[in-house]
Parts: sequence; C-alpha cells; structure tokens
Amino acid sequence: MGRRILVTGLGTFWGGRVAQALEAQPDVDVIIGLDTRTPSVKLERTEYVRSDENYSILSRIVAATGVDTIVHTFLVVDSTQMAARSMHEINVIGTMNLFAAASAPGSTVRNVVVKSSAHVYGASAADPVWFTEDTRRKAPLRTRLERSLVEVEGYVRDFALDNPHVRVALLRFSNVVGPTIVTPLTKALRLPLVPSIFGFDPRFQFTHEDDVIRSIQHVLDHDVAGIYNVAGDGLLPWSEVAAICGKRTIPMPPFATGLAADPLRRLGVDLPPELLTLLRFGRGVDNRRLQRDGFRYEYTSAGAAQAFVEASRLRDTVGDHQPAYRYQRDVELFFRHSPSVLRNQASVESKS
Amino acid sequence: MPSKAAGPQGATRAELVPVPALVPPDEPPQHLPDPRRSDVDEWGRSEHMRELSRRLYDPLYSKWFRVEWDGLEKIPDDGGALMVANHAGAIPSDAPASMHGIEKELQRPVYGLADQMFKTLPVIGTLWSRAGGVVAHPDNAYRLLREQKQLALVFPEGTKGPSKTFNQRYQLRRFGRGGYVEIAMRSGVPVVPLAVVGAEESMPILFKLPAVAKALGIPYFPITANMLAFGPFLGPLSTAAYFPAKFKIKVLDPVYFDVEPDQPRYSRSRIMEASEAIRQQIQEALYDMLRTRRSVWFG
Repeated sequence: MGRRILVTGLGTFWGGRVAQALEAQPDVDVIIGLDTRTPSVKLERTEYVRSDENYSILSRIVAATGVDTIVHTFLVVDSTQMAARSMHEINVIGTMNLFAAASAPGSTVRNVVVKSSAHVYGASAADPVWFTEDTRRKAPLRTRLERSLVEVEGYVRDFALDNPHVRVALLRFSNVVGPTIVTPLTKALRLPLVPSIFGFDPRFQFTHEDDVIRSIQHVLDHDVAGIYNVAGDGLLPWSEVAAICGKRTIPMPPFATGLAADPLRRLGVDLPPELLTLLRFGRGVDNRRLQRDGFRYEYTSAGAAQAFVEASRLRDTVGDHQPAYRYQRDVELFFRHSPSVLRNQASVESKS
Repeated sequence: MPSKAAGPQGATRAELVPVPALVPPDEPPQHLPDPRRSDVDEWGRSEHMRELSRRLYDPLYSKWFRVEWDGLEKIPDDGGALMVANHAGAIPSDAPASMHGIEKELQRPVYGLADQMFKTLPVIGTLWSRAGGVVAHPDNAYRLLREQKQLALVFPEGTKGPSKTFNQRYQLRRFGRGGYVEIAMRSGVPVVPLAVVGAEESMPILFKLPAVAKALGIPYFPITANMLAFGPFLGPLSTAAYFPAKFKIKVLDPVYFDVEPDQPRYSRSRIMEASEAIRQQIQEALYDMLRTRRSVWFG
C-alpha cells in the first residue's frame, strides 16, 4: 500500500505546489488537501476538503482516511495577509488541533512535516551571522507573527516528545522568492524604488520556491526527521539585491522607522515589522544540516534573487503567460468521481 | 558487551553512529550559478572597501602613530589564531592600528570581533562591517577560527577598557568571563596576546558624563583631552582627532591549550585560570614597555 498524505493549506502557494509534486509520485496513493480557501493550482487527483480555519474537523478526517503522513504547510508567515486574531487561530489553534488529531488513540499518522519560518530566529544586532538549528534567538519576541510561530514550534516539540513513534520534521524557510510566490519581500522588490533603511545594508539570504518544494519532497522521500534550516547558499547585502533587481533604493529614516513606514502602508506598500527588522539587521541561517542529510539545492541566494527578477520582468512585459486556474467544484468532482471517467480510466489501465 | 557491538546492524547501533549521508560522498561538488554583484563576503567584509580604508588609513598608521611592531613573526602565517589585546582610548585607536598592521605585513585578512553596539549604528555599523568588523558571538568566532582558519582579533576587556579615565591608563580590566579562551579551546587555535602602548595617550578620557550616556543609550560618554585641545580649531571633528602618540605593539608568545577541540564544554576553572594568565602576561609586557619608554610622543 502506498502512502496516504494529508496536506494542510492546499489553497496556499506552498500546499498547492506540494500536492502537485506529490501527485507525480506513483507510490503516493492518496492525497487529501485541507484549506479554508479553494485550491489555487490545478490538481489531478488530490481531494480537497474545505475546513474552518482552526481545523476542528481534522480528527474526523484523519480517522476516516487513515493518512500516515501530514504535511502542515498552513502556517501564516506573512503578517500583512490577515488580522492578528485570525493568524493566531490558523497558526496556533490550527496546529494544536492538528496535533491533537494526529496523536489521538488509534491514529495512523507516522510522519509529520511542518513548514515553519526563519522568523523564529528573529533579527537583532546581537545575532550570529549564521543561525544553526540549535542557536537560541537573541532578540526578544516582539511581533505577533514571531510569537505565534514560536508557540507553534513549541507544539511541534511537545508532539515529537510525546509521540516518539512519529517522525517529525520541522523546516525553517528563509525569505522564499521565485517566479510565482508573493510575499511582502517580493512586493517590496517589485516597487519602482526598493525601500531600505538609511545607513544600514543588511545581508539577506533567499530560498528559491522550487528548492522549498524539493526540500519538502526530500524530507518525505528519505524519512528525514528533526529541525532543518532551508535557505540558499550565501548572503547578499540589500543594496546588491536591489542591484540584481536593477533598482535603486529609497532610504527610510533610521530612527522612528515604523512611523515612516506607516504612510507607505496607506499607499499600499505594507512593510511588516519582521521585514523592517530584517532591513536593519538581516539574517543568515546555516543550511548545512539538510545538505548533510543528502539534500542538494538548485539555487544559491543570488541565483534565487536572479530567477525571481527574471520572472517578474517577463511578467511585466507579457503578463501572466500561464492561464490563471480557478477551482470549480462540479468539474473537479466530475473528474474524480464520475462513473464514466472512472470506468474509462480502468479500461485504459488494463490495456496498458 | 562485545557481542552486542559486533552484532548485526540493529537499532542500537544505528543510534550510536552518525546517519550516513544519503548522497554518495564521491559526488562532484556542485557549482550552482551565483550571480553576485559585489565582493561582500559572508561576514559583511568587502575586500574592496578594506583596500580603500587601508589606503586612507595608512598615513595615519605610518606617519601619525608611527606604529612599531615587535615579534610580528609570532603571528602564524596560516591557520586560525585568536589575537587578544588591551583596549584603550575613548574611541579605541588600537583596533584599526593592529588590524592594519597585520594585514599590511602578513597579507592576511583580520576579522575584528566586537560589541554588537556597532551594528545598531547607521552608516558607522555598515562601514565597520565592510571593514572587517564581526559581532563577537561564539558561533561567529568558531566558524571564523575553526572552519575557515582565519585570524581574529578580540579585546576581552570590552568597553571597560576604553571607558577608563586617563589616571587609570595601562591598568588592565577584567578579561570578561574568559569566553575568548573557551572559543580558542573549542576551535583548537592558539591565543596570540598583543600588548599595545600608545592608544591610551592618543585619546585620553578626562571624565565621563554617565547621564548623557544613559540618555543616548551608549556605554559611556567621555570628555576627552582631544575635545578640549582641538575643539577651538576643529569643532565637533575634535571628538575623532587623535593625539600623535607613538604606538608600539608587542606580540607575545602564542598560548596553545592542551585540550581536544569541539568539546561540548570545558572546565570553567581551567578557562578562568588560562584567561587570567594571559591577562597577567599582557599586563607585565605593558609594564616592561612603559619602563623603557622615554617619551609618549617619540617612544
């Protein structure tokens, strides 16, 4: 029997792409996707279940489908997306319910992969240049996003301790960029002038979105467990990032930066507090542990930034060259469950 | 139990040996495209900027302070080493002088480990980092010394050195809690002590204004002799104008620690003992150098 995988956050960039990648693997029997929103990418055989944001139906789904693996990608790492309260519901309460379901008596779950963020390390002047997975964060927890992510990681740790028979992998991604993903960082880099803080030229590390998906797949394929940083090699000064993007920077005042960022927010340029501290101090994470466990990156930090800017140049010129996907429930249900489709599939398979 | 150790590859063994890499080790190293535009390295140092600052600083080094070295050959030509020195002058002039001298004479980059305070300052923090300043975090020091086999310079007195007033010159402060010894032990590198004479007189502190320092959020706010002497001509620039004190830097014998590197912890008493011995050596060397110094300005 192949693997039975539950993907949370199917409507997000991460969940959708992970499900797509899993569909291509023949040894994956069942893929079930959970989200409050409909999927945003085209999926062939993933089954989508709409849930409320804190996953109260999750234990029933786990019991009914007998999944052996949960890929938890539904963690909000962008505080501009939603109000603090719903972020708390999704991140903290959602994860809590997820682990409650996974550790229920008789649970079939044996693997859990959680997508976290390098934001758990914070950013401050006292930081080391490279955070290893074991380095304690130096900055006090200031923002709601960081607090919620650290709380989530606490649940992950507790779950791993309480369930030694379950393989738990926690991946911390750093500044993901790429052709399709949209984050406050990519939005800032697509502005005509890239915001910076006067007198600071912090160093940034980027992860290409393909490496994100590949790393999750790697963890699933090789039964890797533990905490891993995922980020491209190398650190780039912010001025160099702007240069790669072919842009000039526009400095914000180094004091009362939050006040200066406020009018920008009204103009639609939302720089969340996490990004503002990054623009001051930057952050590097040591990516060698996952490489020691066999993972190979396809992009360096500079390569990821370059790939991002090339894709956005193309998009600025020709628009979205791939037709946008819209989830239509009736169509998806038809392809998955219609007797005629299933019969036809069975006859094609028996012939080949 | 030998039978168990020699037994088949069971779960007990797998837990004790490191998990083998999933990729065969003979895989050729990856060469990913890396479209960099600047030469800023992972530490934030730019060789280009370093070159520029060397050119600007050299007249100050050779004409103003007339830095003289003794025992430069004791600094290793290759491999990591942690250099520790006494720290003095309201804006310490010993750090750039020793970094410049070693880079000039040995053609090896030197990374200056310093307080995180630099990183919080706009413009200065960036320049400091591009010129080879690195936050003194144990992880940074380990990576520099052990993995990259670089030279690093640290002032274990921290701000307690430069903040002392002129009447306490050349009286070494406590060497922190000996963290630098622990780092050197863990990295398996020697500590090379440096004794610097001249920095104290290049910018002596007459008195300090603690209330101002507190308001500005900086460790100390000094009123220096330089401000009084140069103030009438240079105005605010006088805060950064040094007196032309003669610099002498003596390199002491490298201290090797007879311990295994990469241990999770080292004996605290051993660390404190070694740290105190190194402090004592530098202190003695300073007294010797001061005994033979005839003039503050001419050496």
